[in-house]
Amino acid sequence: MTNITTSVDNGVNVEALLGAREALTEMPEAAAFKWRASCKWIKGTHSRSTVQGFFGLGEAQSHKTEFTFEADHPEIFAAEDNGATPVEMVLVGLASCLTAGVAAVAQRREIQLHSVSATLEAGMDLQGILGIDSDVRNGFDGIKVHFDIDADASEDDIRALVAQSQKRSAVFDIVTNPTNVSVEVN
Amino acid sequence: MRTRCIIIGAGHSGLAMSRCLSARSIDHVVLERGEIANSWKQERWDSLKLLTPNWQTRLPGMAYDGPDPDGYMAMPELIAFLQRYAGEISAPVEQNTRVSSVHYDGDTYRVATSRGNWQSDALVVASGACNRAQVPAMAATLPASMVMTTPLLYRNPDQLPQAGVLVVGASATGLQLAEEIHRSGRPVTLAVGEHVRLPRVYRGRDIQWWLDALGIFDQGHDEIDDLARGRSLPSPQLIGSREHEILDLNRLSALGVELRGRLAGFNDGKLQFSGSLGNVCALADLKMERLLNSIDEWATRTGLDSEIDASHRHPATRIDDSPALMMDPARQNIKTIMWATGYRPDYSWLQVPVLDRKGMIRHQGGIADSPGMYLMGMPLLRRRKSSFIHGAADDALELSAHLAGFLERKSRAARVRPIAGNLPQRADNPKPGLFIPRPSSPMGADLPA
Repeated sequence: MTNITTSVDNGVNVEALLGAREALTEMPEAAAFKWRASCKWIKGTHSRSTVQGFFGLGEAQSHKTEFTFEADHPEIFAAEDNGATPVEMVLVGLASCLTAGVAAVAQRREIQLHSVSATLEAGMDLQGILGIDSDVRNGFDGIKVHFDIDADASEDDIRALVAQSQKRSAVFDIVTNPTNVSVEVN
Repeated sequence: MRTRCIIIGAGHSGLAMSRCLSARSIDHVVLERGEIANSWKQERWDSLKLLTPNWQTRLPGMAYDGPDPDGYMAMPELIAFLQRYAGEISAPVEQNTRVSSVHYDGDTYRVATSRGNWQSDALVVASGACNRAQVPAMAATLPASMVMTTPLLYRNPDQLPQAGVLVVGASATGLQLAEEIHRSGRPVTLAVGEHVRLPRVYRGRDIQWWLDALGIFDQGHDEIDDLARGRSLPSPQLIGSREHEILDLNRLSALGVELRGRLAGFNDGKLQFSGSLGNVCALADLKMERLLNSIDEWATRTGLDSEIDASHRHPATRIDDSPALMMDPARQNIKTIMWATGYRPDYSWLQVPVLDRKGMIRHQGGIADSPGMYLMGMPLLRRRKSSFIHGAADDALELSAHLAGFLERKSRAARVRPIAGNLPQRADNPKPGLFIPRPSSPMGADLPA
């Protein structure tokens, strides 16, 4: 077993994560994080969002650099297509959260990953956002995620890996459960 | 009145501890707010039977000896069993004695009750894990017109309005009540979060037999990877019925019970359910599969394969492709919500500073974080079977040994005490350890094992 322990490397520092878990159990106030983004309208449906600062472990924190995200709509929406649509960004968030989770859980369970790829598809009826039919919701009517995973593990163990990743995923929780959103205007 | 040890609660845990203290000639009293087996008498629904088969129902010095070892006790049988036990062990029970407060002054536990005050050197809290229903905060946001009930208040479906019922929670309680209420002609919707799926019988043997045989019930609190999670797991989806039926979500769906995700909120007149139903069912199916695989491996290893039924698997949990996420209770004629969302102990009387930030007693395997104080009957207290009746037996044996050691050290310290009350606290207050100390060797405790 010790052999396997030392040879499995998915690039996840599980000891650090477990250490953080232990520390934050003792000091729950340090576990209170705030994630932030800001967004500027450019033109039409084109906007630019940036992400850099956040709050956690009791103090202000920062990414190494500022990250920028262009959002727009495709030309069939009579837009200029300067970036992904916001709903596609939600899929990106879900995909990257679940994928990171797969890697972390695999490391914890001593499963060597060789490749992980996810493809996502979400259905949406435009009659919702266009106000054609009030019975149709604006958002997705469902999200399908498909994982292809090559790893040194049985099929059931891989399925358990993906299930556990969903169980611990923030974005999975955000899209499957309601969240209060308060919007202010100055 | 003064005694060496006060046990709070005359259920199976408190009685088992009383038997073990009597065996060690330790003077004690068992304080009981009602009658022996009070919670089993007053706070359970009519149809409930134990989840453990009769052959497993045993306490120190007494085991089931009736004609149906593979059956499951209904509440009247269990109450009679515990009353008989209390009689046979001559338990010093003070009935109808409700504890109103417990204080500790660094030397003595002072217990105030509805029938006088008691003092003792040691204290055993055996007041139960299920004193209160744990109802989520969102219950307060629901319309006042909805009838809300909990498994502690519920007796039978006739108490409920003749209309639809939302059962929240997919433990043994949630599934048993969902089935019973649905069969009474009140259509049930069941909100399903994380749950534990287990077959009642596998390869011809009760699942409790397997958990015992594989040593899973004996896994100690110090061997469990995530103890906090282990202690908060919902009870496995089981029912103790004459037919040894398998109670699972598929069975409920087939009856017409509607499955939804975890109840997540109430907004704009609608109940909202989580979209995670598929994943919680997949998790439970995979975990059950893993357990059945280890049972099969164990059966092969021990040469049992040829003696028992062939290995088989259960169908995966069937759920709708896209279960509804919202529900207008008025439109669906749902008038009742059953909160089968777990239980909590009630420590409102406990003034000893041993509660953690979640209001649970800090302890290591039942040895509480206050000198001479012990806890019994909680999930995974010392081992996986701690919350079962037969688990109380082993826990009482070990904790009473620790308790006897504590009392002995305390007496010894008192004998050498030059001026009463002037010794440093340390000598009297050994920190609770992880392990029950073995009888100490005359050469001292530092000898290699």
